[in-house]
Amino acid sequence: MTTKMFGAPIRRKEDPRLVTGGGRYLDDLGHGALAAAFVRSPHAHARIVDIDVSGALEVDGLVAIYTHEDLPGRVGEPLPLLIPHPALTHGRTPYALAKDEVNHVGEPVVMVVARDRYLAEDVCQRIRVDYEPLAPVVGIERARDGAELVHPDVPGNVAAHLVQQNGDVEEALAGAPHVLDLDLSIERSACMPMEGKGVLARWDPEKAELRIFSSTQTSTGVRAAVAAKLDLPLAKVECIAPDVGGGFGVKIMHPWPEEILVPWAAKTLGQQVKWTEDRREHFISSAHERGQLHQVRVGFDDDGRLLGLDVKFWHDNGAYTPYGIIVPIITSTQLLGPYKPGAYRCEFWSLYTNTVLVTPYRGAGRPQGCFAMERTMDAIADYLGLDRAEVRSRNFILPEEMPWDHGLLFQDGRPLRYDSGDFPASLAKLKALVGWDDFAAYRAEAQAQGRKVGLGIGCYVEGTGVGPYEGGHIQIETSGRVNVSTGLTSQGQGHETSFAQIVAEELGVPIEDVFVTTGDTRRMPYAVGTFASRAAVMSGNAIALATRNVKAKALRIAADALEVAVEDLEIVDGVVQVKGAPGTQMSLGTVSVLSNPLRYAFDEAAKAATQFAGTTDLSKPPVADDDEPGLEGKDFYSPTQATFANGMHAAIVETDPVTAEIRILRYCVVHDCGTMINPMIVEGQVHGGVAQGVGGALYERMVYDESGQLLNASFMDFLMPYASEVPFIETDHLETPSPLNPLGIKGAGEAGCIPVTAVIASAIEDAEGFPITSMPISPVELWELRARHARGELPSLAHHAAYRTSEENQ
Amino acid sequence: MSEPTTEELLDITLTVNGVRRQAQAPARRLLSDFLRHDLQLTGTHVGCEHGVCGACTVLVDGAPMRSCLMFAVTAQAHAITTVEGLGTIEAMGPVQQAFTECHGLQCGFCTPGFLTTITAYLEENPEPTEHEAREAISGNLCRCTGYQNIVKSVLRAAEIRRERAAGTRP
Repeated sequence: MTTKMFGAPIRRKEDPRLVTGGGRYLDDLGHGALAAAFVRSPHAHARIVDIDVSGALEVDGLVAIYTHEDLPGRVGEPLPLLIPHPALTHGRTPYALAKDEVNHVGEPVVMVVARDRYLAEDVCQRIRVDYEPLAPVVGIERARDGAELVHPDVPGNVAAHLVQQNGDVEEALAGAPHVLDLDLSIERSACMPMEGKGVLARWDPEKAELRIFSSTQTSTGVRAAVAAKLDLPLAKVECIAPDVGGGFGVKIMHPWPEEILVPWAAKTLGQQVKWTEDRREHFISSAHERGQLHQVRVGFDDDGRLLGLDVKFWHDNGAYTPYGIIVPIITSTQLLGPYKPGAYRCEFWSLYTNTVLVTPYRGAGRPQGCFAMERTMDAIADYLGLDRAEVRSRNFILPEEMPWDHGLLFQDGRPLRYDSGDFPASLAKLKALVGWDDFAAYRAEAQAQGRKVGLGIGCYVEGTGVGPYEGGHIQIETSGRVNVSTGLTSQGQGHETSFAQIVAEELGVPIEDVFVTTGDTRRMPYAVGTFASRAAVMSGNAIALATRNVKAKALRIAADALEVAVEDLEIVDGVVQVKGAPGTQMSLGTVSVLSNPLRYAFDEAAKAATQFAGTTDLSKPPVADDDEPGLEGKDFYSPTQATFANGMHAAIVETDPVTAEIRILRYCVVHDCGTMINPMIVEGQVHGGVAQGVGGALYERMVYDESGQLLNASFMDFLMPYASEVPFIETDHLETPSPLNPLGIKGAGEAGCIPVTAVIASAIEDAEGFPITSMPISPVELWELRARHARGELPSLAHHAAYRTSEENQ
Repeated sequence: MSEPTTEELLDITLTVNGVRRQAQAPARRLLSDFLRHDLQLTGTHVGCEHGVCGACTVLVDGAPMRSCLMFAVTAQAHAITTVEGLGTIEAMGPVQQAFTECHGLQCGFCTPGFLTTITAYLEENPEPTEHEAREAISGNLCRCTGYQNIVKSVLRAAEIRRERAAGTRP
């Protein structure tokens, strides 16, 4: 019998290769390629006055130096604005190499190509660029006051302004028995994959073809962008994402300037060119995320039920908006979490600053939204003197109310409509897991020992599996080998394994016979990319549908050959057999032979498929009019809307009474991503997400000075959690299948990191007894909050005092 | 300008994964680049080039070292072990096997640095506790796994070493 594959914690197929040094990441490819390096702006905002390369020309090994003036045609035009939106009235994108002006430190100004990277950097150091510094706009407050402008033709630095609402929030707030106001802020962080970005390009002059390898989350996107920019037919450009050392969002932006410039240089020079980003380049020229200021006004009744929610926030989009306003749109919609908000209104301003551009980072706007909503829930509970979990449960959308339509538009331009979920059940599991009801006793015990502990909670709903589509292609060889291809990419999520599990299960073949290729436009040119927790939902279902097509064909051919009805056949362990009479059978490989009538016999299997082999019905053509040769099939999955996964986290933290050091003692996760393909991989995704969330809550921030210099652009200074900082993560799962797709699955990639900042803030607040409204938080910041609290500048929690009411505020 | 236009190349003789190698490199060439690009042992990865992330860790005479903080010429006469030297797909080392069993990796980019670090650690402490295992890996950055399964892998690797020593496994 074939072992059950779908839903089993199968070991990853990719691992043996990766643990023995057999991975092939971008910089492992292109031995002997020329190396590119970039002169990048040292100023946050400046006019370029002059570029002098004369001192660099004598470096041995120099091949070429390019400035903006050298870039021909569309290569020299601004990079595309990938996701336009009507509210993005002032979208701006950079040039591949800066033209006249730079808008953040790290913006590429000159490209150098040399024999190796050492020499290319030698050349860079000898190039003199004269700048006329302009006033930099750094931080949301300075962008918002609009005194200085990032782009002179963008008034108030406002790239986009968007309002979404459902119901009359003014009326709801006016009629609410209680109203609270909260100011909540989150700082910038960044994806920081262990492998930076990188591009390798080969131009084949004889075929006039370009082959690009990119450490990307979207090889089809890079391919299309490069073809358009270099004015090449799409058919003459291929893009392959090799092994990719993590992405977390930053590798979905496309094209990065280097993804245009390196292929262009390879074509121009007729030689392989490669660029591998170093860590400092990654800090100052790849994307960041998270920086937002939020103002929440919430109205609720005596039971803590939301009546009206009015949210305003300011989003720091950095110097340019190539990826549109996806991040603030997600915040504005996903902050609603599992709750019914009453009347809801959300308004945001997306603002330019002279800092690195912002594109989605794992969670993409959700950690901020979740922080805003969950801080609000805690504030309501505190104000009314109610249990925090109880207030949440009173506002839950109930399972019988699904599907729930919030009356808003989501990031994909489609309705924000939850497909399924059982929030009360999730909360019950979480409370049991963390021991919610026993915490008071634990706290008392800790207090008796002179220790300060706090319990925090955070709930979220995550739109996953956004469209528009993905495809799957299946081909069964005469050996029985099953080749599977999908166009989206993999950056460590284990797609090779998860997709193989789907095929093994659907088709009835051993998983060892299934070979998955991702992110290679030669194998599947139609695809979108791996982001927004969409790979399993989109490609998983596309592959399942394609497998079903191939299986139907295999059964039809086998039924003919075995002279039995299709309904009587099953496939077990790669063998098509008659149900109940397994003696009547043939292997899928043999079916593949039969599916492809051959002229020539080049091996034993092929011999069996030639025109003189076996019995042939001479009244029919070898391939029927409505058929195709080969055991091969393709299908696409395109959903009407996103699936909505959800989860709830709780943590117990201890804060040192003297040093204000913050330690996470326990971290508990209840997670619902519908039906799980591979629980081991899902858990791994949750662990990784929580670790990134811990970084965002306690350590990671981008420290810009007033002049726009990033002061912590290294792993020495930008603190990412090591094993010593990440707690043991206790998990439990609920499987509420999505009714929207054949496999019932929802995405799981980002979930882990979404509520962590909210949970840790909640726990620290609970330990300390005063409100925590800004994250991340360091020990010194907590220490200062304690001092302010002691001076009476910060109110205590404990019911009715922690937050100003709007009435008092007026 | 009177700077030299050609870099002087220095001779290096060293042992890499048990094989004696002779090569030439400029004085400033990092050991990581030398291994990866000159010897084409690309299993050793470079994550930060300033010695913090540990992805480039190799064993120098059995001791874990950041190969991005060493010059190739300083490896003269030393024995280097990279991830390629820890085992093969057909005959994995204990740590490699443990990582595949415990889902100790996701993207796999930082993994070689963990594998070399843990291999050396288990030589010193063949029976670590969970706390010690966590401490042993706390000099290497991973952005994917959340470390939990890497800790598990350290403990499992110790177990595999014991099993192999006892001859209970091939």
